[in-house]
Order: sequence, then C-alpha cells, then structure tokens
Amino acid sequence: MKIGVSSTGQAISSSADPRFGRCSHFAIYDTNDNSYRFISNNAQQAGGGAGIAAAQQMIDEDVEIILTGNMGPNAYNVIKGNGIKVFRIGAATIEKAIQLFREAKLEEISEAGAAHFGMGRRWGGI
Amino acid sequence: MNLCILSGKGGTGKTTVAVNLAVLMQACYFDCDVEEPNGFIFLRPEHITAEKVFVEYPVIDSDKCTLCGQCARACQYNALAATKKNIMLFPTLCHGCHACEIVCDPGAITYLPRPVGSVEKGAAHGVECVRGIMNVGEHMAVPVIRQLLRNLNISKNNILDAAPGTSCNVVNTLRRSDAAVIVTEPTIFGLHDMSIAVELLRQMNIPFAVVINKSQNNDAMIQKYCSENRIKLLGSIPYAKKAAEAYSEGQIISKLPEFHLSYASIADKVQEAFSWN
Amino acid sequence: MELTIISGKGGTGKTMIAVALASLSNNSVKADCDVDAPNLYLYFDGNDIKKESFYAAKKAVIDSRFCTHCGICSTVCRFDAIYDYKIDEINCEGCGACALVCPEKAISIKPQKSADIFLTKTSNGMLSRAKMTVGSDGSGKLITQLRKNARKYLEDANILIIDGSPGIGCPVISSVTATDLVLLVAEPTLSGINDLQRVAELCRHFGIPTLVCINKYDINTNITGDIKNYCAEQGITLVGEIPFDETVMKSINELKPITSYENSPASIAILRMWEKLKEIVKAIQQRKIKEMDENLGLC
Repeated sequence: MKIGVSSTGQAISSSADPRFGRCSHFAIYDTNDNSYRFISNNAQQAGGGAGIAAAQQMIDEDVEIILTGNMGPNAYNVIKGNGIKVFRIGAATIEKAIQLFREAKLEEISEAGAAHFGMGRRWGGI
Repeated sequence: MNLCILSGKGGTGKTTVAVNLAVLMQACYFDCDVEEPNGFIFLRPEHITAEKVFVEYPVIDSDKCTLCGQCARACQYNALAATKKNIMLFPTLCHGCHACEIVCDPGAITYLPRPVGSVEKGAAHGVECVRGIMNVGEHMAVPVIRQLLRNLNISKNNILDAAPGTSCNVVNTLRRSDAAVIVTEPTIFGLHDMSIAVELLRQMNIPFAVVINKSQNNDAMIQKYCSENRIKLLGSIPYAKKAAEAYSEGQIISKLPEFHLSYASIADKVQEAFSWN
Repeated sequence: MELTIISGKGGTGKTMIAVALASLSNNSVKADCDVDAPNLYLYFDGNDIKKESFYAAKKAVIDSRFCTHCGICSTVCRFDAIYDYKIDEINCEGCGACALVCPEKAISIKPQKSADIFLTKTSNGMLSRAKMTVGSDGSGKLITQLRKNARKYLEDANILIIDGSPGIGCPVISSVTATDLVLLVAEPTLSGINDLQRVAELCRHFGIPTLVCINKYDINTNITGDIKNYCAEQGITLVGEIPFDETVMKSINELKPITSYENSPASIAILRMWEKLKEIVKAIQQRKIKEMDENLGLC
C-alpha cells in the first residue's frame, strides 16, 4: 500500500511538514518494495482551495494513508470521502515518520483541524 | 452621467463626499463598497426594497456521473474534488464559469443558484439610494457589484461610491463610470495612494479631478502634484473635529452651516468640470 | 508569533498602530498586506534586498494565428470577457471555458504578472511588501506569498506584524487565516461600528483569537460605549482605548512612529496597550508549547 507524507524536501532525511495544503513536496512510500518517491505539491500555487487540490493529488496517487501535522476541514472531507486515513506526525524526518507509523505509534486524526493551519506557527519572545 | 468617487487609500472621506454630492446635486447614490457599505448610515433611506444576488453552482447527478474526474481537473479554482466515491463541491470557491459542465461527457452537471449578497433600494433627501451588500465569508464581491450596477438609469445622473483601493472591486465600478473624483487627504499616504488611483484612471481612460479632504492648510504637497501632472483640483474641505463628530453620528455634513459652503462649492466645480447637466 | 492588524473600515488608524507596535517591539518582521495602498515602507527606510515578479491570476490568451473567428468562445464566456474575438483582460477570470471549447485550440490560459514583491531590510527589521500592477487582482494569493516571505525571518525576530487591508474579502481573509492573533482597530463612528461587526464576524468564522482597540475613542463616547458592549457580548477582549490626538497627524507628516512623541496621549495609550498585548501573547505561546509537547509525546 502507499503512504503519503507532507514533506519540506525531497530526501528521506527531510523534515515532515506539519502543513498539508501548502507543503512543498509529498513523499510517497510504497510498503510493497520499501521505496520512496517524491512529488511536488501541485497545490502550492493554488489561489484558493490548496487543501482540496493537495487532497485530490493524494487520491490520484492512490495513497491509502496520509501522515501530516494538520489538515483543514475541506481537505479532510475529501480524504475521508475516499476512505483514506490520516495520522498526525510531529517533528520527524520522512524516514522516521514512516517508521513510527509502522510501529503503530501515531495517533489517527479523526476530525479536521484548523483550516489554513499551514500559514505558519512560529513563535518567540517579545 | 455616472460619476465615480474613489480614493486609493481608505478613510479619506469617499463616502462622506459621495453622499453629500448626491444630496446637493440631486443625483442617485450607488454604494459600490459591497464589502463594507456605509452610505445608508448617512442617507437613511426609506421604503427599502431588497433583492438577493445569486451565483450558480454545479450539481452533479450521481446516476449519470461516471466519476471520471474531468470536472475536478478542469476547475481552475479547486472547487471540485473527485474521490473514488463521489465528486465533492466547495461552493465558496466556485466562480460559476461552467467549465465543469463543458467537459462533462455524460452531461451529469446542472446548476442551482446560491445567494452571495443582496441589492437594496430606497429613497431619501429627494434622491434614489441603492447599495450592494456582500455576505460575510464570501470571497467574491464582483457578482454583487455587477448586479448593483444593473440598476443604473443612464438617463439620470449617478454617483458611484467605490470601495477603497484600486483592485477588481474598484475596476468593476469604474467600468460603468464616465468620470471620477479622487478624494485624498493632504498627507504623504494620501499622495502616495492617490498616485496609484491616478495611474488606474489614466489606464482606463476616465477623465477625473481631485478633492482634498481633512485639510489643515497643508495642501501644498497635493497641489504641487496636481499642478505638475496637470490634474484639476476641485477644492479642499477643511479638517475639523466637529466634522469627525458629526460624521460619527451619521450626519449629512453639508447640512451643517459650517460645512455647507465647502461642499456646495465642490458640487459646483464638479458640475463645471464634467459638464454635468 | 503572528499578529494581524485589520479594521474593516479604512482610515481607522491601522497603519499608525502597526508602525507603533513594530517600533515598540524593537525586533519585528513586518508584512504590508494592504497591497492596494501599501504605506508601511514610507515609515521604515531601508534597502530592497530582494525583488521578484509575482504571477497570479490566469487570463485567457487567443493566438490569432489559429483563430478562425467562429465566435464559439464568446458564447461560453460568463464574464463578458470576449468580444470582437479579443479577450478583455479586466473581465477575464481565467476559468478556461473558452479554451475548452475552441475548435482550433487557439486559446490558452496563462498566469499574468500582477505585482513586484520586495524584501526590504529596514533599521527596524525586515519588511515584506508588494507593488501591484495597477488594476490587478489576485490579492489573496499575493498576501499569502508576502506572509510566507516574511515568515522566513521570524526565527530572528520577536513578532511578525501584518498590516491588513480594509474590507472583508479575499485579501483580508488571506491576512487572517492561521494567524495567531487579530487586533481590530475600531473607530467610534456609525460606519466604524458597522464595519467592525462585519470583520469581527469574519474572524469568528475562521476561529481566530480576536482583540479590539478603539482609536479616537473620545470623538463619540456613546458609540465607544456601544463598541465596548458589543465586545463584551462577543467575548472579545478590549485591549486599548486611544484618545484623539493631534500629534498623530504630526507623526504622519514627519513619518515617525507616534511612540516617538513621549508626551502624546495617543502614544501613552498605545504603550499601555502594548503591555496588555505582551501578556496575551505570552499566554498564547505557553499554550502552544504545551500543545506541541503533547504532540511530540506521541512520537
């Protein structure tokens, strides 16, 4: 089966991206042959509906599982409608994320998170 | 004659000037700032009639749909997503273009209307008042502006109170305008943003003039810009805390003795500049 | 930490306050998302360290070499954007319907340049801004890019201050989605309270923590009272009440933050508001760290 992971880069050592709709790449991992493929996220350039476009891309890639940090309600409804399951990943590399999933250490996302989450969550003192 | 009042920068006094000119010149008032329409606060029109503004959205007949996903692929706005079980629609992203219908081979797509705003009409101070209101949460004001402006009676004189800025909302208002007045304030912001409006008007080939609002005897910067660029300056309305207070109460300021003269003079100059009948 | 400052109505003093807060924070990144009237850079002198073209809205382009003047394209266009076998770029929404039906495949949809984006290094920190080509659209996507560019510098700064645009449409939506905090700058006028309510509803729609400050509150104490009641009803925290102050006009003309004028009543009120803001920001950060820890705990 195929697993999609939102990624900040194109290597298995890249950090998983907590955003879904506007991450730069997706890692597609195939459990059959333990292989990784990286594809560019088409939704990055979308004017609107980025989450939807990214979800569509996952469907077109025949992915059955998605690993990401947060998924907005529109994308989540599209994914759920296709019977795809989503699991929450925190700070981890792509390789580590897959490992954690296989060890059943990830929590399934059972309802949509905040919309437009991927607009940045950093903080510092004032 | 359709006269558009615009500003580039928000808060310079577009609506104040537009409302007062409409009353003084007895012209129909159109509030084209459909995201935040304020003109009726001052005009307080009566006998209001309202009509909803609708846009179309696609409805897919699941009996005919083969789930080929062509519609989702054709949609430039990501308003459709094709899952293995059904086609999902996200209405607020839909522009109503019908591209999905064009590519649907089995002809599974029809359309239904959904409301995105309304157009209201009334009368006050002897003039017809019309405004558009976009529903909160909608992304596109243009369908509301277009329906609003279908009410323009070309045999009458109309004042079109535009949205702030210079992007598509304003452009769609200017498309129905014969002339324009830029309302600016005598600050560097006012000047900076006015120059953006000037560029737009020149590109659209619309004759225009300028009015300075909230003047504190510091018009020199704007005057210089206008004279260097051969732009007609119609007048200057003085800043006064009293004006701000009256405005805060929604008063028609030109009815106050202290301000009547400035506005009446500008109304005259507008009529002169644009050969208003 | 991202703070978006909007107002619904234009001219309430949003930019004046954004400039003051940026100045008080000492080390802030700024994003001027009022792309129709970008004024922040007038206050903050600096050098443009990056400039790039920004392409957004797609428009249809007819290749006249292949056009046979059959006119089918104009029959499907819903936006009155095709006449005389030419595309009206202002009306065209780039939907591609015409391209789909053209029997000669003479139409394509291409992204248009809608702005130049800049990263400007100022003495107060980085400023992300844009200059739109006149009459251009696509502001929502542009704002997303401006915020993205600014965010790269957030590691070294304390706060990202986003100066938003008036209204409640796409550009405003793009300024507030997934920001950490919204500060609504209200003015006590009938127009002001009307617009405040609409933009507050927008923030609630997107579930964003919202604060209000009332600028020029003493112009109309009745309406100031109404605004306070509205905030109490909606559970929105009032963080500041700034008096009408002629020094503000002076500060605009001299292009200095109002907080440079120590005795200015407006400046004093803004300082007080800043202290309150810092408390609120701290609370939000602590809550987020807690959430993050909980997430990491699962990994």
